[in-house]
Amino acid sequence: MKALVFERDVPRFAAAKVLAKLAPARAHRAGPLRLDEHHAEPALPGPEWQRIRPRVAGICGSDLATVQGTSSRYFEPIVSFPFVPGHEVVADTADGQRVVLEPVLGCVTRNISPACTWCASGQLGRCEHLTFGNLRPGLQSGFCCDTGGGWSTGMIAHRSQLHAVPDELTDEDAVMIEPMACCVHAALSPGLLGGTAGGAIAAVIGAGTIGALTIRAITALNPVTHLVVAARHPEQVALARSFGAHTVVDPSALARTVRRITGSMAIGDGDIERLTGGADVVFDCVGTEESIAQALSVVRPGGRVVLVGMPATVSIDLTPLWHREVALVGAYAYGTEPALGGRRTFELAIELAPGLGRLVSATYPLHDHSLAFDHALNAGRRGATKICFDLRKEKQR
Amino acid sequence: MSDRKRGPRPGFVLEVDRSTPPTLFWHGEGFRLEKLPVGSRVIYAPEPLDAIADPRGAIRHALANPIGDSEPLDALLFSGMKLTIAFDDISLPLPPMERPDIRQMIIEEVLELAARKGVDDVHLIAALALHRRMTEDELRHAVGDRVYDAFAPSGALYNHDAEDPDAMVMLGETRHGEAVQFSKRAADSDLLVYVNINLVAMNGGWKSTATGLAGYAGIRHHHNVDTLRASKSIMDKDKSKFHDINWRMGTVIREAGVKIFQIESTMNNDAFPGSLAFLQKREWEWTARDRATFVAVSKTLDRLPARSRRSIFHSTKAPHKMTSVQAGEVEAVHEKTIAQVHRQQLVRVEGQTDILTMGLPYIGPYNVNSIMNPILVMCLGLGYFFNLYRNKPLVREGGVLIMSHPTPWEFHPVHHPSYIDFFEQVLSVSTDPKVIERDFEKQFAEDEWYRHLYRTSYAYHGVHPFYMWYWGSHALEHLGRVIIVGGDVKSVRRLGFQPASTMRDALEMASDVVGRNPTLTHIHNPPIFLSEVV
Repeated sequence: MKALVFERDVPRFAAAKVLAKLAPARAHRAGPLRLDEHHAEPALPGPEWQRIRPRVAGICGSDLATVQGTSSRYFEPIVSFPFVPGHEVVADTADGQRVVLEPVLGCVTRNISPACTWCASGQLGRCEHLTFGNLRPGLQSGFCCDTGGGWSTGMIAHRSQLHAVPDELTDEDAVMIEPMACCVHAALSPGLLGGTAGGAIAAVIGAGTIGALTIRAITALNPVTHLVVAARHPEQVALARSFGAHTVVDPSALARTVRRITGSMAIGDGDIERLTGGADVVFDCVGTEESIAQALSVVRPGGRVVLVGMPATVSIDLTPLWHREVALVGAYAYGTEPALGGRRTFELAIELAPGLGRLVSATYPLHDHSLAFDHALNAGRRGATKICFDLRKEKQR
Repeated sequence: MSDRKRGPRPGFVLEVDRSTPPTLFWHGEGFRLEKLPVGSRVIYAPEPLDAIADPRGAIRHALANPIGDSEPLDALLFSGMKLTIAFDDISLPLPPMERPDIRQMIIEEVLELAARKGVDDVHLIAALALHRRMTEDELRHAVGDRVYDAFAPSGALYNHDAEDPDAMVMLGETRHGEAVQFSKRAADSDLLVYVNINLVAMNGGWKSTATGLAGYAGIRHHHNVDTLRASKSIMDKDKSKFHDINWRMGTVIREAGVKIFQIESTMNNDAFPGSLAFLQKREWEWTARDRATFVAVSKTLDRLPARSRRSIFHSTKAPHKMTSVQAGEVEAVHEKTIAQVHRQQLVRVEGQTDILTMGLPYIGPYNVNSIMNPILVMCLGLGYFFNLYRNKPLVREGGVLIMSHPTPWEFHPVHHPSYIDFFEQVLSVSTDPKVIERDFEKQFAEDEWYRHLYRTSYAYHGVHPFYMWYWGSHALEHLGRVIIVGGDVKSVRRLGFQPASTMRDALEMASDVVGRNPTLTHIHNPPIFLSEVV
């Protein structure tokens, strides 16, 4: 089968990492990702596994960090090489059903019984057995050498990982379900925020794919009195507004905007050094040092910062976190949502998927992966949101 | 020399022909020379009127010989009384005048009379309404060091604080239900003396006190979109709803028992000192020395960073001189004042134009010693210069306004904090004055941080940028297009206007609206003038 394969190649990984600082747009070309026209199909680990043929597979921020060599070393022991990336996948089963992949590899997929406490409660993202069982390490399909990934013409999936795609959804809608699920989980992670009357004021930093979908999830499932969004590019501004953000501003204006909307005071004589209040919840959908620091600077005392975008190693002054008793929490993946009676996150995401295909700005065949990464790395500037691989026309499917 | 013999010339409308030299356009802290199309009109201000030879004598005469239903000032003063002297703030005159400021001369004469009568409970209040507080230097410039040193240290000379609940009082409502809010000190005084400098026809009269000593609760009744759209123009009291409401409020103030002795003064339009005197002249009358000065000044300015250019211009004081002073009952005084303003500023212009052009200078009422931010650019062009007309606007309905100004995306954070938020957060949503008024005004007006900065720092009130936008709402409704030449593209677009890099481009863009053979009129302002369009 044809696949983009990520190998453990320390020199190339190091080269990509260096280039990521010097010439970010070229880093992926030096990294340890290669196109393999004859990659071996993974073996089925058990009877509940099946082969699927990816139709469309997305490129997400964590994928980009991986191919650029900028992802945290934290992941090293929880992935296995060589692996085929791609965890946002809409695919065909052998019997022709269109499915979307829920890629987290929890206890059930690893054939571990009894399941850990988290998997037993449906919170797969917190699985304690992510390196054990009958699969080699891998937090998700697309990071595990035993499962393959979506950037290929074939991979395998456990029955529990597959969700039927409703007929009314296009492939482009469906490929957004996995990131939508991440954002649904993030939006619901603070608990219900009180609706539109006298409820919370929330801020979302970033309006790329994750930011936009977080806005969509908040307005659909966890509405707030006022949702402020920091968006850099005109298309992102328009997208945020179309998803129901009340106020959308340039990131440089976020502190002033949050101050005004929350009625907070500020320290500074006209310029704002620091807010004395702020938003009840801030969703950081960027995951950089700057965005996390900004989130901490606009959250109210006792408020919550939710990291939705994947961060890496950052250096941040945590004094405000200590002084204002702010909770800094992550929001990873999905499972079930206690805030909505334990419903499966993917079900909620599928309900929100119609129309999300418009976020898929461009698709590329596997052999144009460099162009795809160039586009994805500069998506905001180029007016794009989600970049995907289109496997539907690959001969080896 | 011959000028002095024949006296100041009236305003003039030039028709541009092939021999007409390029026309000077103000461009912020700089200039542009533009060759206007043949057949264009350029309107020049009347030359500065002769000054009163003895201004202090004239002031003493006015105080002793009031007009309207008023006794002379010294008859109104008595020992043991409570006297408040309120005076116009930093927004007047423009540019700030060379010392001694007219306010200083008038206040010194009033205090002299008060001292003779044994009045010792005297407060002096800068009647700034919702403008920023004046700094010590600015107060010293306005009232003079002697007055400042005598009153400020004891707290008897201060800035009006419209957000101090203990310092404001409601005097009642007009017959239209408009609340009249007023300075408590002024209302409780046995006599309120108001010291005015009338730069343009909009100033003075009941506006001095009904606006200058009020707060948001009162001001919002006339500083709103409907009122300003119905004021055609705000420079023509008799056709200005804005003035109607101020006058109604004046009735309430009077009926509440507030006794006012109004002192109004006018000045000539001698706005620029010797080094910049060429700015007062008509281009074809520039001497070789004027041309050399212009080139030298322009080149020097071009080489300087914006901050330095701003500093140079804002340190320039105008040689304005007093042309009249009148005192007594508010309305009688103001009528005479307006006649004096017209004597200096009125220019008769025949017919409207398709395209109106103007060069916006570095200064307007709200950026003295500060930055002309994009909202103030809009206000100066559409709120002030556009409205400098009587009878009908210079530009026809649906016509095009072309302004020249760099329009930088730059704000003075101390003076204009709510402007920053208005520009970034409000104009990014809508530029429609009615939408802005409905959706945002109240929140800005009642914002505690803006209140805090207005009261304790040097910030314009939170609602002030809204008023700037409303000031231009009549023009926005009237015009078909607004183009800014040489402005920061992002700023201009945020304002909802069209950017053009050259006048030629601007005229090309204007042709979409007014066709290929439009009429064009340029107002060569400043020096300020008022067009009587017939």
